[in-house]
Amino acid sequence: MLEEQDIRAFVYGTTRYFEVAAQQAASVGSPYLVTEGAPDIHDYNGVIAVSGRRNGIVCFSAPRGMLTVLLMKMNESNVSHEYLCDLVGEVANTIAGTVRRDLGKDFAISVPTVVAGAGNTVELPIGDRPVVIPINWRSHVAKLVVCLK
Amino acid sequence: MAANAPLLTTQLKLLIVDDSNVIRRRIERCQQIEHLEVVGLAANGVEAIEIFRRTDPDVVTMDITMPRMDGIECVEQLVAIKPHVLILIISALADKATAVEAMEKGANGFLNKPFSDRQLNEALEELIGGA
Repeated sequence: MLEEQDIRAFVYGTTRYFEVAAQQAASVGSPYLVTEGAPDIHDYNGVIAVSGRRNGIVCFSAPRGMLTVLLMKMNESNVSHEYLCDLVGEVANTIAGTVRRDLGKDFAISVPTVVAGAGNTVELPIGDRPVVIPINWRSHVAKLVVCLK
Repeated sequence: MAANAPLLTTQLKLLIVDDSNVIRRRIERCQQIEHLEVVGLAANGVEAIEIFRRTDPDVVTMDITMPRMDGIECVEQLVAIKPHVLILIISALADKATAVEAMEKGANGFLNKPFSDRQLNEALEELIGGA
């Protein structure tokens, strides 16, 4: 069972990115458990692998529109696919860094990988039920998918 | 102060090292230190050393997690080439051990990602002012 403290670290790493980089806070929606199959994901996904006290993956999944506006808020005019991939990787990188700092003794966190493009899938550990935490920013909703056992 | 250490009043050359296009461009765009001129952008440690030898920068912003050669190893090599170079680590790796390791290799400052424009400029000012 995931502990609240673990989830908090992942969520804080995510919301902190919006608050600092875009100077506009994100809010957290009601988490839900995916009871069957894998959760739907967006086009851009930053994935980190976790091992140690818990094993599995954490994925920051964001729609193109959210990342485009985030880049624009950071005064970046290039909103190409390459830059959107970079950005989703940076958010995942921030999550990884925050978790390493806050829970470093218990977890080993991988360098993020980016999975992007319609139709792509993120491999989830078999047999685990992921928790999805909606991340609301402006009119957009991203998902933080936490699948750890 | 050593004879070849940079002075606050002279024009200083900046090399930006990060594997993210977004971050490289952000640092380039947001840095507002009057006497700091960007002379190069590198996406990894190997590229950084090549550009460093060519452009002889005084100040470097350095990511840690990068392909080909990471920031810690790159810091060590840049300091071997130019002992008085000022290096600001800009990384999402927020743990104390990483910062200490970078400092021990010769980095002079540490800024966590994500960062605001103000935090970036304050960190650069502190780095240069403290030289």
